[in-house]
Amino acid sequence: MWNSLRTDAPAGLVAGVTAYRAGDGDLVHAYVARPEGPGPFPGVVLAHHMPGWDELYREFARRFADHGYTAICPDLYCRTGHGDPDDVAAAARADGGLDDGLVVADLVAARDWLRALPTANGRVGVFGTCSGGRHALLAASRAGGFDAVADLWGGGVVAAPDELTPRRPVSVLDYTAGLDAPLLGLFGDQDQHPTPELVDRHEEELRKHGKEYEFHRYAGAGHGFFYYHRAAYRPESAMDGWAKVLDFFGRHLTTGS
Amino acid sequence: MCTNISETVPAAGAAKGGAGWFPVTAANVGFDHAVGSRFDHALLLDFADPSRGPSARVAVELDLETGRALVAALQSVIEAAERSGAPV
Repeated sequence: MWNSLRTDAPAGLVAGVTAYRAGDGDLVHAYVARPEGPGPFPGVVLAHHMPGWDELYREFARRFADHGYTAICPDLYCRTGHGDPDDVAAAARADGGLDDGLVVADLVAARDWLRALPTANGRVGVFGTCSGGRHALLAASRAGGFDAVADLWGGGVVAAPDELTPRRPVSVLDYTAGLDAPLLGLFGDQDQHPTPELVDRHEEELRKHGKEYEFHRYAGAGHGFFYYHRAAYRPESAMDGWAKVLDFFGRHLTTGS
Repeated sequence: MCTNISETVPAAGAAKGGAGWFPVTAANVGFDHAVGSRFDHALLLDFADPSRGPSARVAVELDLETGRALVAALQSVIEAAERSGAPV
């Protein structure tokens, strides 16, 4: 829960960039933030959004660490090159975007990297917003093996045939049967991608397959309502959303400690 | 939303960025999340030289109305240039 810290508790954390052996064997940069101390700590893999491996996601990682998680955020654009996050994201977009299979492999490798830490409690969730929400759900559904997944306004989960591409060849919805972790979804009712109707369709598929999930929808919010640097920011919805993410991961990831 | 709307065309020319002029070998046109403008989504125009890395680009974000006006102006100027007979 937000601001639930004890004022007399130690609050140190360690954060920085490392490199890990990613899905195809490449060394890929990752931002890692973890609490000081021996643990055991649950883990969270962060799938960054389309605007890139940016300052916002480094803040997200540190927020999870502040709340007792070891967080790893791989640079999914690492193979594209380096520079300002804006420039790298633009280059990745011009290159046709990320390949679903490679993203899943990178996120699974990050999960396994977390589980191998001596400070790990063995339980790992995956979190993402926007395209990262879709990638988080894709990894948890196509590969499995995560203990919880948080999809925040992931667009393209329900994809029409004409939205599929060689790099995104299958609608994430079609992997629903393979989802083996509880799912949290946060959505804005003003969002156009996904629209409330597409979220309804996703829920229908989850119910059909008997999946454990909880969706929360925010009436006055649109796409990206956590992003305090954009006009889309909705502070009340964002704070409630963060509380729901931390409560959800707390219930599903800390039980093994 | 992440639209993934993007097209790239080969380009011949030059652009001036923070480090001065550089050759332009690609023009990227997209419509997706805006970064530097106030829009949720914008036309994203990059004049780039990918061989020099992701930072070798001049980026512009425009709304759709400006994009249409720009297309019309480009067409008009191209036609005038061809009528003029002046060499490129």
